[in-house]
Amino acid sequence: MSETLLSVRDLKVHFPVRSRGWRGSTRQLRAVDGVSFDVGAGESLGLVGESGCGKSTLGRAVLQLIPPTAGQVIWLGADIAGLDDRAMRPHRQSLQIIYQDPLESLDPRMTAGDIIAEPLRVFQPELKPEQIRGQVETAMGEVGLLPRMINRYPHEFSGGQCQRIGIARAIVLRPKLLVCDEPVSALDVSIQGQIINLLMALQEKMGMALMFISHDLSIVRHLSHRVMVLYLGRVMELGHRDVLYRNPLHPYTRALLSAVPVPDPDHERSRRRVALTGDLPSPLSPPSGCVFRTRCPLADWRCAEQTPVIEPAGSGHQVACHHWRSHADG
Amino acid sequence: MDELLSVVELETRFDTPEGEVAAVDGVSFSLDTGECLGVVGESGSGKTQVFLSIMGLLAKNGRCSGRVRFRGEDILGLPAARLNSLRGSRMAMIFQDPMTSLNPYLTVSRQLTEVLIEHLGLNRNQARDRALEALEQVGLPDPAARIDLYPHAFSGGMRQRVMIAMAVLCQPDLLIADEPTTALDVTIQAQILDLMRTLRRESNTSTVVITHDLGVVAGLCDRVLVMYAGRLVETGSVREIFYHPRHPYTQGLLRAMPRLDQVRSGLLATIPGQPPNLQALPPGCAYQARCPQVFPRCGSERPGQQMLGPRRSVACHLEQVR
Repeated sequence: MSETLLSVRDLKVHFPVRSRGWRGSTRQLRAVDGVSFDVGAGESLGLVGESGCGKSTLGRAVLQLIPPTAGQVIWLGADIAGLDDRAMRPHRQSLQIIYQDPLESLDPRMTAGDIIAEPLRVFQPELKPEQIRGQVETAMGEVGLLPRMINRYPHEFSGGQCQRIGIARAIVLRPKLLVCDEPVSALDVSIQGQIINLLMALQEKMGMALMFISHDLSIVRHLSHRVMVLYLGRVMELGHRDVLYRNPLHPYTRALLSAVPVPDPDHERSRRRVALTGDLPSPLSPPSGCVFRTRCPLADWRCAEQTPVIEPAGSGHQVACHHWRSHADG
Repeated sequence: MDELLSVVELETRFDTPEGEVAAVDGVSFSLDTGECLGVVGESGSGKTQVFLSIMGLLAKNGRCSGRVRFRGEDILGLPAARLNSLRGSRMAMIFQDPMTSLNPYLTVSRQLTEVLIEHLGLNRNQARDRALEALEQVGLPDPAARIDLYPHAFSGGMRQRVMIAMAVLCQPDLLIADEPTTALDVTIQAQILDLMRTLRRESNTSTVVITHDLGVVAGLCDRVLVMYAGRLVETGSVREIFYHPRHPYTQGLLRAMPRLDQVRSGLLATIPGQPPNLQALPPGCAYQARCPQVFPRCGSERPGQQMLGPRRSVACHLEQVR
């Protein structure tokens, strides 16, 4: 792998939740519970999982937008976990994020030009207005917006164009890592492809790394080099995209992949599904041992008593399951 | 097979401050008993409005014209009293967001039994038994313990099961599901799609599935309508639409979907541009600005439905060139 940009070690984000009543006890919601991974320069890491699995919290905790409870976030050699806003400032230029709802994440009272210029004004106050304008126009061009749109307000743009503004704002500082939190979920199919292509082209051109958070496994397959599967705040499996999609080792990954409908009637109707019963357990009282065991077709006594440790499964693949060996060639 | 529903030249218009908008523009199709019809299109394509018009559920500023026959009766513009006796008993609709379509102030039991007392004239105890049976049928775990709870106590998947139970309580002839799984996670989506398949097999209910997800259509539907900008652009069997799409929009949509079962290198195929503004549709074909095969006639003349078979049509000038 190329040079490591980001190393996350045993990261935990717990939220205190008070139960009802004036003397309600406080319990810990373990949104992210002991997650470790690396991201290399220019790499895209896909984060997948169902709602409540902690993927968005994880993305934000890496950027210190949510303070982690424990663990390390080593960014370019320095541990940034728990740094306050002031101490984070020098790192912000290289760590940027784009959000799911393109319109919601833009200030309706600012023009597209001002939105894209804001990070420059904050982080590079020495720039002259002409320089700022020049860089804004460059960024607009890079994301496929026309310079004449610079004075328009967000409501005058379509959803896809708003997402382009969000991307321009994120790349204008030339970040090394861009966290993409469900960036195309709110867009129509025909527009999704445009935004995915744009992100891939920008990545190639600028060499930035992506952490791509999505519940859409098809898009993640298309765009990621490696994929991390999360369930109730823990990593179930992590591996190279093609290995993970072709030969998933964790029963949850198998179930997730088999649940995605494929737009091909003959194929779709002849597929065998790994059906999962029931719902996600409450993250306030996760199951003992393996958090997936309540829905796992392979669960036995051991899964209830011992928490599986994530272990290497060859060629950079990692899996957290007591039973993965019995399925390794399946 | 018997024809359950036929729609001829349906047109739905909305008065807006910016002028009149045709959300549905000349849509015709039919649906047989026991058949499952998929309706696909992007947001704003009018796919939901077609069925809200049929159900008489349009917003106040909407008007519709055309002809809709349901079980041999013209139902477009029927008085609310008559429609109410059809809705809920003969035809039912499931919406995308199960939280906002359940009343948060009423227990699930109350919401389910209301339909039965109103439409079938059952008494409370009979209605409760029937509701429990329906919850059992849709696979809600432990229905007896849950029936007296309020909707907030249910997860998203369970709420959607409750909605489906409510829709099938009176064994309707027509079930319309508007993005029934869009708000759900994939493993829960798979459970709900399985449930819909089972219900169809057991009761032979005609089903309409409105969705933007072609994967859902591929697994569930017999026939497909493809809509764009309020118009029907292509209709056909599910195999015809997926394996032999003829309209450039259908072809573009299928190509643009990233697929789990295929590795595609490089860039995704895309449809350039954006869906048109319904208030300012160009003359001629609504898809012309994004179509890779556009030619002069597309800009002047609106393509009509070319019938390629009894249930196969395409609205594209290319059909005459071919």
